[in-house]
Amino acid sequence: MLPKWLRVGWIAQLVFASVLALSSHAIAEGPKSTPSIFSPASTPASEIYHLSFFVLEITGAIFLTVAGLLIYVIIRFRARGGDDDASEPAQIYGSTQVELAWTVIPVLIVVVLFLTTARVIFAIQDAPQPQAALDVTVVGHQFWWEYRYPKQGIVAANELHVPLSSVAHPSPTYLNLLSADVDHSFWVPQLAGKIDLIPMHPNELWIDPQRPGVYLGQCAQFCGVQHANMLLRVYVDTPEEFAAWVQNQAKPGVQDPAVAEGRRVFETQACMNCHTVQGTAATGKFGPDLTHLMSRDTLASGIIPNTKENLRQWIKNPDTYKPGSLMPAMQLTDSQLDQVTAYLETLK
Amino acid sequence: MADQILPIHGSLDLTPPRERESTWLDELHSWVITVDHKKLGLMYMMMAIFFLLVAGAEVLCIRIQLAVPNNHFLSPQVFNRMFTMHGTTMVFLVGIPLVFAFANYLVPLQIGARDMAFPRLNAFSFWLTLLGGLLLYYSFLGGAGLYGMGNAPDVTWWAYAPLTAKAFSPGHATDYWALALIVAGFGTLGGAINVIATAFSLRCKGMTLMRMPLLTWLMVVDSGLLLVTITPLTAAQIMLVIDRYLGGHFFDTQAGGSALIWMHFFWIFGHPEVYVLVFPAFAIASEVIPVFSRKAIFGYPAMVAASVGIAFVSLGVWAHHMFTVGMTSVGNAFFVLSTMLVGIPTGIKIFNWVATMWGGKIRFRTPMLFATAFLGQFLLAGLTGIMLSVAPWNWQLHGSYFVIAHFHYILVGAIVFNTFAGIYYWFPKATGRMMNEKLGKWHFWLFFIGFHVTFDTMHFLGFEGMPRWIYTYPADRGWMSLNMIVSIGGMIQGVAVLVFAYNLIWSLFKGEKAGNDPWDAWTLEWSTASPPPDYNFATDPAVRSRRPLWDLKHPEDPDWKYE
Repeated sequence: MLPKWLRVGWIAQLVFASVLALSSHAIAEGPKSTPSIFSPASTPASEIYHLSFFVLEITGAIFLTVAGLLIYVIIRFRARGGDDDASEPAQIYGSTQVELAWTVIPVLIVVVLFLTTARVIFAIQDAPQPQAALDVTVVGHQFWWEYRYPKQGIVAANELHVPLSSVAHPSPTYLNLLSADVDHSFWVPQLAGKIDLIPMHPNELWIDPQRPGVYLGQCAQFCGVQHANMLLRVYVDTPEEFAAWVQNQAKPGVQDPAVAEGRRVFETQACMNCHTVQGTAATGKFGPDLTHLMSRDTLASGIIPNTKENLRQWIKNPDTYKPGSLMPAMQLTDSQLDQVTAYLETLK
Repeated sequence: MADQILPIHGSLDLTPPRERESTWLDELHSWVITVDHKKLGLMYMMMAIFFLLVAGAEVLCIRIQLAVPNNHFLSPQVFNRMFTMHGTTMVFLVGIPLVFAFANYLVPLQIGARDMAFPRLNAFSFWLTLLGGLLLYYSFLGGAGLYGMGNAPDVTWWAYAPLTAKAFSPGHATDYWALALIVAGFGTLGGAINVIATAFSLRCKGMTLMRMPLLTWLMVVDSGLLLVTITPLTAAQIMLVIDRYLGGHFFDTQAGGSALIWMHFFWIFGHPEVYVLVFPAFAIASEVIPVFSRKAIFGYPAMVAASVGIAFVSLGVWAHHMFTVGMTSVGNAFFVLSTMLVGIPTGIKIFNWVATMWGGKIRFRTPMLFATAFLGQFLLAGLTGIMLSVAPWNWQLHGSYFVIAHFHYILVGAIVFNTFAGIYYWFPKATGRMMNEKLGKWHFWLFFIGFHVTFDTMHFLGFEGMPRWIYTYPADRGWMSLNMIVSIGGMIQGVAVLVFAYNLIWSLFKGEKAGNDPWDAWTLEWSTASPPPDYNFATDPAVRSRRPLWDLKHPEDPDWKYE
């Protein structure tokens, strides 16, 4: 083993760290949560992380060797003013030994890289699903995410809640990914690599997040006009938090007589054609399930905080935040807007 | 100095040039009706440069929009059209015409032929390609058909199904996209057939296959690859049009069609297409590097074998664009291996170019500056390609800015750089005038700096999780500084290209007279006048080695003694 300061992976890490540090200080930016592939929090992501540094070490070594050679050639063999311009250098037409050498060495490198890669492919892709694993069906829509928990009988949207996993108590989550319309791609870099959601072609992905918190990501396959605002938020809850969340989500929508007017607007102004509120007449499937809208931190697939003002403006004109979104502006009057907003505010 | 022993005796057409038609209309007419390979080559080049400027302007709009988060410079609709048009234009209306620009102009000259094998097919192919370009850009005016005003395709240049179905892409923009590619594709097929036929049947006396200049070899392999890959693309486009207009269900997932089939069709074209585009860059490097290093190419047979090898292996790697679509683990492993194999012949090429420079007397004129930068950049592009071939890592990097950085390292760092090298190198042959060296150096250094500021930075955006195709991004992701740097680099490249355009026009009228052989080069095109007369050579040249002009200039130590 080389001393630490000589190892390519370490040098590469140093370079990344300094570039990232430089970039974040170059222009003052606010608080941020960068979804970096180099801060893994789940087994598939960290397997990839370790593999990537192995590959970086090899490719880095190749780069330094060949680029060093090129720079040497440029400096050593450039024509100088003092040279006799008319004379030509010795002509060399080739060498079989040299050609063989630079064919065989790359072949050996490819063998090593391939075997290492194959091991990780099989380890991640063919990992058997444990009995205790949580199943979630993810459905991609233009331009939002639907999450179904078949065993718990829950339907949620845009904010995925999963339990924390640990070495002592592994509780991984297995995602079954479908699409309702066009191709999408589920990418939360800190938890796992991405996998596409393709109509008529179900895919699988598993994660076992080991640090609680919110992990960001977004759709990574172009899916139409608002592809950029199809953001992903994965909440990794402690087992207690997760159990409480499940318990709340499994309840039907709150029925508060104080906002009966708002509910009437919701059920008569076409909202219910697309949205579901469990326990009411609203059973639309085209848009996100709103039964527990107020349990979410964000609106419109993660792009705005879930505040009363944002919610009201979103209902009034979705194009304010998401031009081209498939939710129409229903031309509600101001009082209707207030009423329906008040109603939705009760759906905890 | 070299002019004293040139041209090859009898090779030059000494008949007086016919009286030049004087009016601009006659001049224009002569270009429209021409079947001359040189004029068609220049027309392909003009088309490529025109669309390069257009697609460059499109991407500058994209970079302005992305410079800061939550920007409103472009609407999402316009942004999506811009990157779709940028990609489609650069691949089909810049990259492929560049292949035929260099192939048309140089292959007949390098093999001592008087024209291409099928001159009229040649003209037909060019006009079809141009028509494809016009169809694509007409969508800005007529893309919405009866639904309203202009539009343009906004489905990315991959145009993945089922986003291209009528249900998700109404109007006609997607139809113009498909039709443009079908029409331009037929033009490409005609050109490819022509290059192959020319190289196989019109070589001058003594020019065996293993004496063909490497540029000609690469163009032949390139054309073969085009023949094999444009066909499935064209088939898929026709299927798409059938889906959209005749109720077909090839890609209609709502009716049992398959989105995956489109991906396979697209990438069995799309991956070899990358090699199609980069082969001219290899071709130019293989001419420029030996001449400016003053040495014969190192390992000519290995270079030929590596080119054929790359083309062959490239036909078996397409699904490395599909590691994230959910293939089986064995399928993924297969495409990891086949993709990594491409690295071997590619490595051989890089080593041979460096070995050619080794022991030489390298003259860093503008063409050589671009070709040398190409070597370093292509090395890095190859290594990031290896990283992307590692399927698990690809699950992270696919569809991110890392991929954009990787393929622009090829498309700009290799292809555009060597296109500039080629233009500076052969401009004197085509026009009789040198390009301005001082402006050339300005062009090179500005472009070199702009390129690295832009594309080196993009790799890190990919590591930070920024996906491609997004018209804006939230401020809290920490992507802003890097995006600002990328946009600044883009502007620097834009300025460099303007310097280049100015240099082209200035040199055309005021450049220093070039003479027949300004670079003291060795292939047959430098034995005839600059610009070459109609039909190139009055009598067929005869060659005894790969470097006929070296033999002439060094009768005491000719190449044929060693080959």
